[in-house]
Amino acid sequence: MPSVHFEHIVKAYGAVTVLDDLNLSVDDGDFLVLLGPSGCGKTTLLNMLAGLTDVTDGRIMIGERDVTDLDPKDRGLAMVFQSYALYPTKTVRGNLKFGLSAAKLPREEVRRRVEWAAQVLQIEPLMDRRPSQLSGGQRQRVAIGRALVKHADVLLFDEPLSNLDAKLRTEMRLEIKRLHDELNPTVVYVTHDQIEAMTMATKIAVMNGGVIQQFGTPDEIYETPANLFVASFIGAPAMNLKAARVTKRDGRVAGVFDGGQTIALDDYRFRATPEEGRPIVVGMRPEHFAPPGAPLDAAAATLDLPLQHTERTGSDATGYLKFDDGLLALRVEPGHAARLRAGETVRVGFPRGKANLFDAASGERL
Amino acid sequence: MTDLTVTEAAAGATALKRRRPAARTRRRHRGLNGRSLAVLVFLTMCALFFCVPLYVVLTTSLKTMEEIRQGQIFALPDTWTLEAWRFAWNEACSGITCEGLKVGFWNSVRILVPSLILSISLAMVTGYALALWEVKWAGTFLFLLFLCAFVPLQIIMFPLIAITRSMGVYGTILGVAVVHAVMSMPVLTLIFRNYYKDIPAEIMNAAIMDSGSFWRIFGEIILPMSGNILIVVLILQITNVWNDYLIGVTFGGYNTQPMTVNLANMVTVSTGTASYNVDMAAALLTAIPPLVVYFLVGKFFVAGITAGAIKG
Ligand SMILES: Nc1ncnc2c1ncn2[C@@H]1O[C@H](COP(=O)(O)OP(=O)(O)O)[C@@H](O)[C@H]1O
Ligand SMILES: [Mg+2]
Repeated sequence: MPSVHFEHIVKAYGAVTVLDDLNLSVDDGDFLVLLGPSGCGKTTLLNMLAGLTDVTDGRIMIGERDVTDLDPKDRGLAMVFQSYALYPTKTVRGNLKFGLSAAKLPREEVRRRVEWAAQVLQIEPLMDRRPSQLSGGQRQRVAIGRALVKHADVLLFDEPLSNLDAKLRTEMRLEIKRLHDELNPTVVYVTHDQIEAMTMATKIAVMNGGVIQQFGTPDEIYETPANLFVASFIGAPAMNLKAARVTKRDGRVAGVFDGGQTIALDDYRFRATPEEGRPIVVGMRPEHFAPPGAPLDAAAATLDLPLQHTERTGSDATGYLKFDDGLLALRVEPGHAARLRAGETVRVGFPRGKANLFDAASGERL
Repeated sequence: MTDLTVTEAAAGATALKRRRPAARTRRRHRGLNGRSLAVLVFLTMCALFFCVPLYVVLTTSLKTMEEIRQGQIFALPDTWTLEAWRFAWNEACSGITCEGLKVGFWNSVRILVPSLILSISLAMVTGYALALWEVKWAGTFLFLLFLCAFVPLQIIMFPLIAITRSMGVYGTILGVAVVHAVMSMPVLTLIFRNYYKDIPAEIMNAAIMDSGSFWRIFGEIILPMSGNILIVVLILQITNVWNDYLIGVTFGGYNTQPMTVNLANMVTVSTGTASYNVDMAAALLTAIPPLVVYFLVGKFFVAGITAGAIKG
């Protein structure tokens, strides 16, 4: 299975430059997720790799081959589309076969591959139906099957799950992950859903406004976001981002929030020691807070804050505390959340070594 | 026409299935009020406007000439006879030939078939290319087509005569067919292009990644999705070509003129006394083919106009 390289990619639609000097590499067998809000250029990038959109400038390599100017069908790729894009007048079997007979494969080989894909995706009973006679989930399986039969080295997915309901989405997520583990193709998967990215990817490229904000493993992206955009985009409920200033006490670095509370920052690994008084943003993940009432010794910050409300999300609950002008989210045990009253002041602690710090002006990680 | 409206109502009913219960409850409260009475009167007048002449034409064509001379045009025939129909089809004179309307009928058929094949196949492929492939200057080309669709034949008639003459097809059946095809190409291309424009880009992208061949995608994916619009265009074109007079009279030569021209000659130039029964029978004979097409595929016509390329 080959690797994929985008080298100095530029894409302009008329006078509008959507992507500017973008570089990205996917190793073979990797599951790369392009993650970003809608309109940031994910589909454009994927379509350029597929050959469906022209590259304004730069080079796309698949393995050792320069495919920048190759026809889509000669690139050795298969793609699953957001709207499934099944051929409406063909049966499921016809949909799977079309690409293979167009490639002039022997009839026996075509039959073998179609049967194999039908079995892998458990769509055997549906083979003679038309797409209009299938449910959304079944259509998606057929669309994946149509990509699999091609035995392509690189599989492309453009938001394939966004038209499914939540339960099916979870199911298909596992299914795609299983297919990747079994067949191990190189995958480029586009989504705006961070849960899909976190659960399936081996590598994530977070994009915003046509620029790759961070490229790394899901853990790296989650634990050490490279800038404020990544910090706020990844994680649900989102990371708490609070403005503060750097101070030094007895030679130790600390942060003072705008409301006057302090947080010890001496075990944060700064890239360069910040000068005193520098405006920063402190990022605190909701799940890192010590739960209300838990022992607080050696916490980086201890905060007494009034509870605004709590929110139950199945296995978890989130409490929202009033903090300066905004809210501070933290995870609480559902059992505990039920006992908390709105308006009640609770004491919570944030542990040492867990904070993420960003420069307030540039948004970059410190 | 009545057949069309009935199927239209039926198609509307299926399309609005979900809203139907509400519509039904509303209808139950509505009696024959002033508004619906006015509509009813209007429709009756329209129907009479079409039906009375039709009745006269039909009964006259079934009468003998003696009966017609008595001048009671609304009376039913005393003796019913198909003699006028037979005469019109086989023996009536048009100009100096006296072989009846059947000559014109077969000419019309021989004009119709090649012009249909030529115009529809060309318009279909052009529309497909313009809608779904990247074509240089596509916008300009579409604008030109749009303009061409509004150019009346009269303006370009003389140059067209010169062109067809230099091509050696002036006065031949093929010549008439080609002129028909050329004249209808702009509108047909626009119709196909607009229909294909609704096909989702992702389906096209999938086909391009699967095959990449212009003709293979057309034949295997796009053509099977074109059934609805094909019916619509077929009916439009058949009616259009069959009912045409100007192109036929201008570009058709001696003995290659279509049925309409045949009919006109027969009615206007016949020597001696006018045989109204033969004239009426001839007029009906000329009008029958498009009607037959309506009755056979009319219900698909409405479905085709309302449906898009994608079902479900
Ligand atoms: N054919 C096009 N012409 C002009 N602008 C386009 C075209 N396709 C996409 N864009 C623009 O490029 C940007 C990125 O689009 P897209 O790649 O579809 O975003 P995403 O898939 O991340 O939602 C958007 O701002 C969009 O408006
Ligand atoms: Mg997109």
